[in-house]
Amino acid sequence: MNLNGAEILIRCLKEQNVDTVFGYPGGCVLDIYDAIYRDGSLRHILTAHEQGAAHAADGYARATGKTGVCIATSGPGATNLVTGIATAYMDSVPLVAITGNVTVSNLGRDSFQEVDIAGITMPITKHNYIVKDVHKLAATIREAFYIANAGRKGPVLIDIPKNIQTEICDFTPAPASAYKPKAVNASSLNAVCAALEKAKRPLILAGGGCIGSDASENLFALAKRLQAPVCSTLMGLGSYPASDGQFLGMIGMHGSDAAAKAFRRADTVIACGMRFSDRVAGNRIRFGEGKTVIQFDIDAAEIDKNVQTDLSVMADIDEILKALLPVLAQGERKEWLKEVAAYKEYEANHFDSRLPAYKIISALRKFTDADTRVATDVGQHQMWTAQYYPFEKPRTFITSGGLGTMGFGMGAAIGSCIGSGRKTVLVTGDGSFHMNLNELCTAVSHHLPLIILLMDNNCLGMVRQWQTLFYHKRYSQTTLDRKTDYVRLAEAFGATGLTIAGEKDIQPVLKKAFAAEGTVLVDCKIGIDDKVLPMIAPGKSFEDIITNLD
Amino acid sequence: MKRYTITALVSNKSGVLTRISGLFARRGFNIESLCACTTENEALSRMTIVLNGDEYILAQLTKQLDKLIDVKKIALANEDESIYRELLLVKVSAPAQKRSQLIEIKDVYKAKIVDLSPETLILEITGEPNKLDGFIKVIEPYGILEMARTGLTALSRGEKCLNDLTDYNELI
Repeated sequence: MNLNGAEILIRCLKEQNVDTVFGYPGGCVLDIYDAIYRDGSLRHILTAHEQGAAHAADGYARATGKTGVCIATSGPGATNLVTGIATAYMDSVPLVAITGNVTVSNLGRDSFQEVDIAGITMPITKHNYIVKDVHKLAATIREAFYIANAGRKGPVLIDIPKNIQTEICDFTPAPASAYKPKAVNASSLNAVCAALEKAKRPLILAGGGCIGSDASENLFALAKRLQAPVCSTLMGLGSYPASDGQFLGMIGMHGSDAAAKAFRRADTVIACGMRFSDRVAGNRIRFGEGKTVIQFDIDAAEIDKNVQTDLSVMADIDEILKALLPVLAQGERKEWLKEVAAYKEYEANHFDSRLPAYKIISALRKFTDADTRVATDVGQHQMWTAQYYPFEKPRTFITSGGLGTMGFGMGAAIGSCIGSGRKTVLVTGDGSFHMNLNELCTAVSHHLPLIILLMDNNCLGMVRQWQTLFYHKRYSQTTLDRKTDYVRLAEAFGATGLTIAGEKDIQPVLKKAFAAEGTVLVDCKIGIDDKVLPMIAPGKSFEDIITNLD
Repeated sequence: MKRYTITALVSNKSGVLTRISGLFARRGFNIESLCACTTENEALSRMTIVLNGDEYILAQLTKQLDKLIDVKKIALANEDESIYRELLLVKVSAPAQKRSQLIEIKDVYKAKIVDLSPETLILEITGEPNKLDGFIKVIEPYGILEMARTGLTALSRGEKCLNDLTDYNELI
């Protein structure tokens, strides 16, 4: 059948089971938008800004496991996607970004709204394309979806010049070719098995890869088989149920005290789909001292990149665990589990629960269930959410880990809400929220049941915390002193605005927020000097953990 | 620091060189030379990369390169089992009275004269890089006006071909 390029794009998106796209129209994607209009079956979410569309597609992908799709026009439309694409790249999120561009004959002539987006996004995509021949369009789109999901997931960009969208060629439908990870040969795991069976105090470190490969079930089985405690990186939260007795919380710069203590005592660590980033292995040289480090990762380049390992397996995490579990003997480690349980109990008893953020996030759990997606922006509120909110299931914690993108939250929460089709929570800060609050209009326009908890400390809390600790309290440009009235702002956008001014407000206001229809913004007043603790200063090791500043 | 020679088969498409050189710059890999050329298969180009670094950098460079979709095959050239060649063109000042000495040197090194003018001549020589280095040293006193080196290119000896290797993307 003969179709134009724009129609081929829509057909190919549907072949890949895409039903929702996020985007913003413009001159060089007019034909794509015309095809969307005429087709009528693709759900298009119009955001306020292309950055919001990229974050929304990312949030959608994280919340559902499907590939996120965003569309933007050439030039500024395309460059506005860049932060969103980089965010997805750092966290290995499958995303296909589609940009329009000027006609092929105008490429390279500095035409109006022309930018070399393929050149710009080269370092932040798994792969990208400029389609200069309409006959190659369908194959390119199919390949892009395959690459986004194959191996370590990530974003792919397809730049489609305007004339390619209008040129006509024959189109043959084809089914989506899903990526199937290779099975792992059990005999290659002999050394790993031997090391694990010999280990006296093994510790599992679960990373984002456990979520990417849907390995939660087998990860749980591994912990039970080994009788080993589990800690999670920021990206791994939700891959192992927080309510399980063997879970010690997050590990790293703002990880739990119990995790730090258990790590120091562990003789064997099993890193599952985590890359020893500087936020986990502050001191990467000393990280593995006196331990057997075993690494499972799908990306060969991650093995031995930051921390030298003793044993490693390069494959999909779930496939590794599937091969490992049948050959791994049941462990008996009662003493070790008792020891780490004591660390956990000690922390629970000595934990500073006076912080309003702690009280609000703890109370939040009473209004949500295990499937509720909780998105965050970046900063103190993000760490508090990671520390205090008990994530039970994968794909429920939606946060920008690697890139640490302030402004990620609004778009990501919108995408998660649409993807999950459920009431969604965004925990944000006054700094992050001001970056992309324009997307409130998107949430309201689509009647999204989105509860936004804004941790309002009138400052850039995390930066201020560092200025307090490392810059002798010279608060350079971190006191916001904004005059924004969040309740009236919410109302101006057509959302509901509420305020938590003190502890007594927490229950009634959250109750009201969760009972309300549509989008609700809750301004949560918290202290300017509230800190995220524990903390391990950059470059330091687990024994340098700061649990108390008094 | 050691010197490593890496050979790769990559897609013969525009932008591939940028992708690869961009990766080197971004990750801080110190490249001595990069030589790209066409192959018997018009869909593929061959690259020979000479890296200055240690085992860690070599491993990272190889694995990161291997992740690029356009990089099809990649291998470390083994010094004893590979043929290394480089081509040099050098324009030397050669007034009539010095010309015979230059011709003598040329014969020793099995170089060729490929251009002659009243005051200059261009010499062509191929060989392993250290042979070229030695040649340049001997020619230098006569006055090198300009020169061009292609950078190193390599093939492994025997029946082994780069194309037969397993690609990273086939492993996962």
